Amino acid sequence: MPLTSSDVKRIAHLARIEITEAETEHTLGQLNGIFKLIEQLQSVDTTGIEPMSHPLGGGQRLREDVAIDHPDRDAIMKNAPASQDGLFLVPRVIE
Amino acid sequence: MNWEVVIGLETHAQLSTQSKIFSGASTAFGAAPNTQASVIDVALPGSLPVLNKGAVERAIRFGLAIGATINRRSIFARKNYFYPDLPKGYQISQFEIPVVQGGKIAIVSPTRGEIAIQLTRAHLEEDAGKSLHEDFHGMSGIDLNRAGTPLLEIVSEPEMSSADEAVAYAKALHSLVRWIDICDGNMQEGSFRCDANVSVRRPGAPLGTRREIKNLNSFRFLQQAIEYEIKWQIETLEDGGKIQQATVLFDPDSGQTRVMRLKEDAHDYRYFPDPDLLPLELSDEWLEEVQAHMPLLQEEVSGKFMNEYDLTPYQARTLTSSRELAEYFESAARDSDSKVAQLCANWISGNLSAQLNEEDLDISQSRISAVQLRGLAERIADGTISGKMAKEVFDVMWAGEGSADEIIERKGLKQISDAGAIGKIVDTVIAANAQQVADYKAGKEKAFNSLVGQVMKASQGKANPGQVNEILKKKLG
Repeated sequence: MPLTSSDVKRIAHLARIEITEAETEHTLGQLNGIFKLIEQLQSVDTTGIEPMSHPLGGGQRLREDVAIDHPDRDAIMKNAPASQDGLFLVPRVIE
Repeated sequence: MNWEVVIGLETHAQLSTQSKIFSGASTAFGAAPNTQASVIDVALPGSLPVLNKGAVERAIRFGLAIGATINRRSIFARKNYFYPDLPKGYQISQFEIPVVQGGKIAIVSPTRGEIAIQLTRAHLEEDAGKSLHEDFHGMSGIDLNRAGTPLLEIVSEPEMSSADEAVAYAKALHSLVRWIDICDGNMQEGSFRCDANVSVRRPGAPLGTRREIKNLNSFRFLQQAIEYEIKWQIETLEDGGKIQQATVLFDPDSGQTRVMRLKEDAHDYRYFPDPDLLPLELSDEWLEEVQAHMPLLQEEVSGKFMNEYDLTPYQARTLTSSRELAEYFESAARDSDSKVAQLCANWISGNLSAQLNEEDLDISQSRISAVQLRGLAERIADGTISGKMAKEVFDVMWAGEGSADEIIERKGLKQISDAGAIGKIVDTVIAANAQQVADYKAGKEKAFNSLVGQVMKASQGKANPGQVNEILKKKLG
């Protein structure tokens, strides 16, 4: 299933990555290479094998439901380019 | 020609945990902005999620309550989209293998009677933060306190055929999540919100194109939005138009829905298993332990009320609308005879509920305890006070002036049920009202009522009205 350059542009847009024409063509070649590998993998007969979501064995460890984390807002806010009244400020977004 | 309506609901129930689903920050509502946003919730690089046992346990409780399959192994997935109140750039959710699959919710449909709505699935996920669009010098403000709050997204099959059924389902679900104590159900605070998928078709035709109404946070809006949407879709089709798949918002002011985005702009979420979280594995031992701590369910309690206290199905349903109400009724009616239990049921769903509504209180805040109410019911049952006096006792009791017996004593409200005493008053009234006695004997029923009124007045309202009727009739021959 070869991708086209418009697929690449769409994926870049979904990830909010700006991409030039030259980069689009370059990325297209790389992605199609990956697709070829996946096609190869898909030709293997996996009948009767349980799908694996993670390469590690075992299950998720759980945490007791206790509120033990008391965030230091001022410290966290120091990472923000802009803030006001305890809020992070971002370019105006209204969907 | 007829149209058939097809509705499915997706409901987000905020789980009532102390801490977030993947971090140890508090979930308490109303804190100052970003004071409950931990490094995990604001997605600082290197921070990793750790799953909250309390959130998983609540999902299990839900699965058990609706008779669903609880998957012994489920997978967390990343749902990728770009929005400032989602700092990681993805929401952790469940996709291919959710924790709960199937199950059903019983509802009473106004047109189809008692039916069961099948559920597709219920999965665990985290909530996003909040964007505030008031003007911050042309920028938007982001509060991440809500980010990471645990949600159970409950998806129904498209089996509802009217706004009434959708509301009945949403109410049944709302009352269930509160009953099993997994969600506080506070709709104003957004703890329980619904998305409705609505389509119409000709009977027997394949499913029509659906539109999804987002974020309905009251039953009234759910009803209005679906009704408007059905009307709009039918009119559009009858005018020869086509329905385009879309996500729409309901505007309560205009009562209309408007398009938020069309299918072409629909999000492409690019789900994949979250490598930061291993599969969620549930042991049989844990499931059994959770099962052992489940309360009796609504239908079970309601059945018990009908058997033990002779309540009607309607009374039983009303009194099991919340666990607190059911417990109140039980502590009032426990070990009493069916007459007292009936009186308790009627007073709870009547005067008490009205009083609570009027002061915007819930049953746990009632100024009259279950024991006090029972005391009142007993004095009505044994004829000490009339219904009218009982209302007076109730009001005084609500004002905090003690038990029924104390109030009856203090206010001298005891009903006169002594036939001899009532007989004497009746004799006096008959002697003093010859004209009315004659009128009654001439067939004027009205005259009788007037004589009853005179007797009641002479007894200062204390005579037992039933006995007054009986004795007066006898004496007038």
